[in-house]
Order: sequence, then structure tokens, then C-alpha cells
Amino acid sequence: MTQITSGAGPTAISLRGATKRFPTRSGEPFTALRDVDLDVAPGEFVSIVGPTGCGKSTTLSLVSGLEPASAGTVAVHGAPVTAIPDGVGYMFQADAVLPWKNVLDNVALGLRYRGAGKAEAHARARDWITRVGLAGFEDRYPHQLSGGMRKRVAMAQTLITEPSLLLLDEPFGALDVQTRELMQDELLRLWSGTGAACVFVTHDLTEAITLADRVVVMTAGPATVKDVVDIDLPRPRRVEEIRLTPEFIDLYKRVWDSLREEVEITRTRGASRVA
Amino acid sequence: MSLDIQVETKADTRPTAPTPRSPRRRRTSRRTLLTHAVRVALIVAWLGSWELAARTVIDPFYYSMPSQIWDKLVIWFTEGSSQGSIWGTIAVTLEEAVLGFALGTLAGVLLGVVLGRARFVADVLAPFIKGANAIPRIVLASLFVIWFGLGMSSKVATAFVLVFFAVFFNAFQGAREVDKVLVDNARILGAGRWALMRSVILPSATSWILASMHVAFGFALIGAIVGEYTGADKGLGLLINHSQGNFDAAGIYAGMLITTVLALVAEWLITQLEVRLTSWRPPASGQASGL
Repeated sequence: MTQITSGAGPTAISLRGATKRFPTRSGEPFTALRDVDLDVAPGEFVSIVGPTGCGKSTTLSLVSGLEPASAGTVAVHGAPVTAIPDGVGYMFQADAVLPWKNVLDNVALGLRYRGAGKAEAHARARDWITRVGLAGFEDRYPHQLSGGMRKRVAMAQTLITEPSLLLLDEPFGALDVQTRELMQDELLRLWSGTGAACVFVTHDLTEAITLADRVVVMTAGPATVKDVVDIDLPRPRRVEEIRLTPEFIDLYKRVWDSLREEVEITRTRGASRVA
Repeated sequence: MSLDIQVETKADTRPTAPTPRSPRRRRTSRRTLLTHAVRVALIVAWLGSWELAARTVIDPFYYSMPSQIWDKLVIWFTEGSSQGSIWGTIAVTLEEAVLGFALGTLAGVLLGVVLGRARFVADVLAPFIKGANAIPRIVLASLFVIWFGLGMSSKVATAFVLVFFAVFFNAFQGAREVDKVLVDNARILGAGRWALMRSVILPSATSWILASMHVAFGFALIGAIVGEYTGADKGLGLLINHSQGNFDAAGIYAGMLITTVLALVAEWLITQLEVRLTSWRPPASGQASGL
């Protein structure tokens, strides 16, 4: 994979006072995101953690250009986001591979959309299928694969476009713990050396710290940045080993102290809504 | 606003995989045999009682009877009908139905999918489309005879309007129900409008469209026959109309029977198409009946 360098500006992502409001049936707009300031450098891996349903994913939809911001500015590679910016890759929480295309055609999709010929797209797709460990499964349809294998397809599908900015929205949330750790390792392996900036949204602290250079803690909704914790653990990291080190445990406590309050606020709200 | 009327539900017609255990399979095959036997018995009982009643109680002049209908069919297929060769008659009706079906399906899919993705246009057009759908379209057959004459085009037009609405509403609904994540993912991967339509929206709406096509071919046949009935120089509808004019009940029944067979063959073909186009789908978990 080629080294991607960002020549457009100093930051891969720059959010300034980014706010997102959604209209609701009652007429009162619902604020998902409020005054978010965040910079992500090229090649940096940032995890975003926050209480469930606080609006973490909304950050990604603003950056990807799928949703416009209601206020504030969103810039990718120095240019304000008005449509889907070039070089963005996005892995969704839900299955986003096309169920009516086999693995090969699914992985080749991005190249085909970008105008590559069938032969060339298939050749590069085969290469990526091997890289994510799915060689021999080219002809299978998604329903014939396990959840973890479908995630590998999604990963190859996203990475084949060689994104310089990778957005991941709880991509491994639906997987069992063992598969999830395996996929985290795979992600780190495939990401290292690409120079791509990564924003990884999760509510799993261990996952967030294991992968990232920085962990951003969000407040209970409407979400804004509460705290930023630098993760100075050495790379390359081995997922199942790193979480047992004392440095990791200290960082975990540090992030959890910050997050706990927000989780409690969310819980109280949930409880009062139930009562 | 909603255009979601007259929508056929998606039916998964793929059979469940047979269980390999042999006693169970033997039991299933005995069940199938019994099902067929009871079906044959029902037909025999129905036709037998009709024949018997026509020979004793009711007047076969009005109600005809199975043996007369059979004789009629034999005459039509060996000597030809009042319109000449029965095969030629069938070919004309079939051509009208197939043309109306093809054009109606094409137009219905195109307009349905486009409107399904263009919310504003759909909102604007909704009352007009609902209004057009509320017109008793069979009456249009009379208008089409005036417009297009006694030839084939007036029947194709009648079949077209019947097919169009059946397919349109399903294609419309199918295009609306596309999973948003699939669309977002394709857009991020670089899909333009046309690529998105071709690779995501259309395949996703396919099972809805196919479901409507089952009914649509029946509608196309109805359209062709009603068109011929209203005014034509050849076709099955005309044959049935002539039989009516001659108080030939057996002829009406025979025409009906031929039409039914045509519809069943078409239904089988569409099912084959459906199986081919949806081979990517996981096998259905269960199917209660062949309906």
C-alpha cells in the first residue's frame, strides 16, 4: 500500500464549534452535538468514547459529509466539508456490504465506482481479500459468511480505496470478544504504515485505549469534548498483551474517571425516563 | 404522504432444504403423494358432479358440462375455431399480453424507482397517481379502441395500464425501503447517482418488483382479453365474445381454460426468473404453503 501524505493542510480533520441539531416531530430540535472542537493530525489514530447514544457517531457523519453541520465549521485536509471529501473511508456499525454481490465484487466496489476496469479492480480486490485473510472465499455471498468474516470484507472494501482518513463507527461492536480482539489486531496491522488518520468511535474503553494515540472523552448528550487523554503506549501493539501492562491500566483508570460522571448522568436520565 | 397502496408483499418462494434423515423424508414424500391424490379426487368429484348434474337436473345449454367443453377444445385444436387456427388466436392474445406486460413493467419499474428516490417529486405527484389508479381502467379499453383502432395496439395499451400500476407501486415502495447504511456506504465508496441506482437501489427493490410481476402478468392477460372483448379482429377475447353471441357456454369455458393455462405457464416462468435473480438470498427458513 502506498504511503499517503497530506499536502492539503496541517490537519486531517478540523472541527470548530461543530454543532448538529436534528428536527423532531414535536418541533423542538434535538441537539446531538454541541460546540465540538477537535483536530486530528495526518496519520494519527484518535478514539472517541462517550456514554451510549451521546452523539459520537454524529461526529463521523459530519466529517464524512453524509450530514451537514448545523453550526460551526468542519474541514477535512484544510477544505470545508460540503460533500463527501476525497480520501474518506467509513466502516459502519451495521453490515454495509451488498448482500447481492459476492465477496470479490463487494471488495472491488469502490474501485469500480471510481472508474477502474473490471479486470484491474478484480486483481486488486483479490490482493486485498488475501490481505484480510479471506482467500478462497471470493465467490461467497455475505449471508454465507460469519459476522467476523463480513467485517473483514467491509474492511477490505474500505481500505482498497486507500483512504487518507478512516472513520470507524463501532465497527466491531456486534462481534464476540475473541473475534473483536482479532479484528483490532488486523486493523492495526493493516493501518500501520498507511499514514491514514483514523477516528474510531466506540463505547469500549479497552478497545479505545488499545488502538489509539489519543482518546477523546465526550459528555452525555448533547455531546461535546470533555477530555482528551494522550495514549503514549509504544507501537506496534499486540492487542491481547498490551491491556495487561501497568501503563495501560493507569490510562484506563484515567479515562474511566473522566467518563464515569457522564455515564452516570446518562444512567440517571434513563432511569428517570423509565420511572 | 404515501403511495403505499396496492402493494404485494414480498413472498419468498424458495423451498426449504429437505432434511436428510430418511424416515422424515419418507413421511414427507407420503404427505406429498397424499396431497396430490386428494387434489385429483377433488377435481374428479367437482367435474363428475357437474357432468352428472348437467345430464340430470340442470340445463347444459346454459351451464354446459365438462364433456362438451372437452369436445369443444378438441375441435378447436384439431379443426380450428370460428377464427381459424386456435394457435394463431392464442399467439395474438399472447403477443398483446407480453408486449403490454414488458412495456408496463419497464415503465412501472423506471418511474417507481425514480419517484421512490425523489421525495419532492413523489409528494407533488402523489394525488395524481392515486387519482389515476382510482380510474376503473377496464373502461379505458373502450377509449383505446377509439384511439388506436381494432388492431393490436389498443389491447397492448389496456394491458399496459393494468400492469403499470401494479408494478409501479411495488417498485416505488421497494426503492423507499432500501437500507440507508447500504446507500451511505456506496456513496462513501464513490458511487454516483447512476451507479447507486444500478448497484444498490435496483437490486434492493428487485424482490418487491418480482413479487408484483406475479400478479402483473395475470393483469396483462386480462387487459388483452378485455381489449379484444371490447372490439377486435382476432384473439381469445373475440373468440369468447363470439361464443357468447352464439349462446355457446362450452366455448366460453374452453376460452377460459386456455387463458388459465397461459397464465399458469407465465407464472412458472416468472418464478424461474425470480429464483435466478435472487440466488444470493439465504434459503427461506420456512414456507407454510405453495400459495
